[in-house]
Amino acid sequence: MARGAEPVPDGLVLTRHQGAPGLTTLDGYRKVGGYQGLARALEMGSEAIVAEVKASGLRGRGGAAFPTGTKWGFLPQGVFPRYLAVNADESEPGCFKDRVLIEEYPHQLLEGVLIAAFALQASHAFIYIRGEYRKQRELLEEVVREAYRAKLVGKRILGSDFGCEVVVHGGAGAYICGEETALLDSLEGRRGQPRLKPPFPAVKGLYGQPTVVNNVETLSNLPYIVTEGGAAYAALGTEASPGTRLFCVSGHVERPGTFEVPMGRTTFRDLLELAGGVWRGRRFKAMQPGGGSMQVLGPQHLDVPLDFKAVAEAGSSLGAGALVVMDETTCMVDVSRRLVDFYRHESCGKCVPCREGTYFESQLMHRLEEGRASAGELATLADICAGMDGRCFCPLGDTATWFVMSAYRMFKDEFDAHVGAGRCPVRARLGVAA
Amino acid sequence: MPESEVGASSPALAPAALERLRALRSRYPVARSAVLPALWVVQDELGYLPPWAEEVVAEQLGLLPGDVAAVASFYSMYFNHQPGRHFVQVCQNVSCALRGADDLLAGLREWLQVDEEGASPDGAFTLEGTVECLGACGGGPMMQVDRYSHEDLSLDSARQILERVRDGAGGGAGA
Repeated sequence: MARGAEPVPDGLVLTRHQGAPGLTTLDGYRKVGGYQGLARALEMGSEAIVAEVKASGLRGRGGAAFPTGTKWGFLPQGVFPRYLAVNADESEPGCFKDRVLIEEYPHQLLEGVLIAAFALQASHAFIYIRGEYRKQRELLEEVVREAYRAKLVGKRILGSDFGCEVVVHGGAGAYICGEETALLDSLEGRRGQPRLKPPFPAVKGLYGQPTVVNNVETLSNLPYIVTEGGAAYAALGTEASPGTRLFCVSGHVERPGTFEVPMGRTTFRDLLELAGGVWRGRRFKAMQPGGGSMQVLGPQHLDVPLDFKAVAEAGSSLGAGALVVMDETTCMVDVSRRLVDFYRHESCGKCVPCREGTYFESQLMHRLEEGRASAGELATLADICAGMDGRCFCPLGDTATWFVMSAYRMFKDEFDAHVGAGRCPVRARLGVAA
Repeated sequence: MPESEVGASSPALAPAALERLRALRSRYPVARSAVLPALWVVQDELGYLPPWAEEVVAEQLGLLPGDVAAVASFYSMYFNHQPGRHFVQVCQNVSCALRGADDLLAGLREWLQVDEEGASPDGAFTLEGTVECLGACGGGPMMQVDRYSHEDLSLDSARQILERVRDGAGGGAGA
């Protein structure tokens, strides 16, 4: 593990200072070169930073993978004030990387926030952190206070003409607030429900002003990109999938955790091996490559690289960078039921296809898992999902269908075996009590 | 705290909490943005959000009480009734479920003898098993007790943690 005085390990960006002492304090972060990126950014000026970010090929790490530099470029010229909203509402099932970045590298995040705010000429940056991350919220509040005292935040940052206020804002339990327009409504003090797009937040966002919403991991890359250059960042990955990414691996593996790996040149099998392989000597059955919203992949996909296009061709997406591994004992109907229940609970109720669709899905999946559904009922699953996918107000309702439908296609025999079985046949085979 | 005691005499927030509410307004370009943080201040103080306290928030931020109530009711972490002294959430999402979260939740429910609302008879705990993924998937099964996460749990280790919390040791918010 690298210490502060030692050279940082090659190929790492987000976790390159791992193990350095006192990283959550300003002093500790400065000892590893912290805030030199901000100083450099202030010299470079806005346009040069945007150019470096574009050159880095950085794409949003919250799930949608939109190119960050392009998103920034959508801000209309000459319209002020502008705002930066930091999406720390991490809630995707299987995803816990932003939590790690906040707990272990909070000043790196804040430096990234300030670089982005300067590049965008934003007067305020709001860090919207989910309510459940209470301890992490308090840590960020302390980090921001420390930075205010050191003149890194507030008026005339590091003696420049640039000023920016940073506010840490706690949510209160709502998955939907990770959707950027719902986040903005919540930040305005309203129920967190999505807005119709267009207008996009870049044009009319917080308080109707130009606003950029960026994810924690996205912003945490900026100090490196500014100091080392966009090209150096891009070169860590491949041309189509530049840079590195902090992947979460959880579920049936020996050593769950987060692993920073180069994009494009790493495969799912590599990630699985980093996590110690499938636990208890069991066989691999299936995986979710990008968190709860993404389609299931099977053993035939283990050698697919962590590349946006390759994963799309396999029928799924890297989403929020969360790999959930399932071993041979897993009931795919049970996993589907659990995810469907999650979306039903988190549907904001704004649009009918999502609100009612997740309810119907949930009713059906409970009956199926308990072996009480008929073949006719199971046949309605595809109809329900067809009425939702692409027909909901925001992606929550669409994604509430993706896992269950992909699992139904890949494990159709397993779904069919539940019909009229009186109990879960997978559990029955394993000798588990119903 | 029995419901009957709340609001028996004219209820009011402690002066320090009221001061914190006032300070919140100036943090935002538009005062309404302070609603969620203000509700947190109140809930940290009282343990839940009684209607009279929502009215105080509304008055402080220049809103109608109905505006504040509508916001509060949307978010699952705001309580409209007094929960147990400690709030326990056991994550049931996929990553935790794959590692035994169902058995953990069932075991804790039985051990704490919680009712349908999740309340334990001694008032020490409210146990909830319907919760968003709590973002600690690498340490499943896990539970959150007030603001603290506890990971890689067995039923035994979870019981020991809750016993310590009930006896007033660390790990609880002390609401």
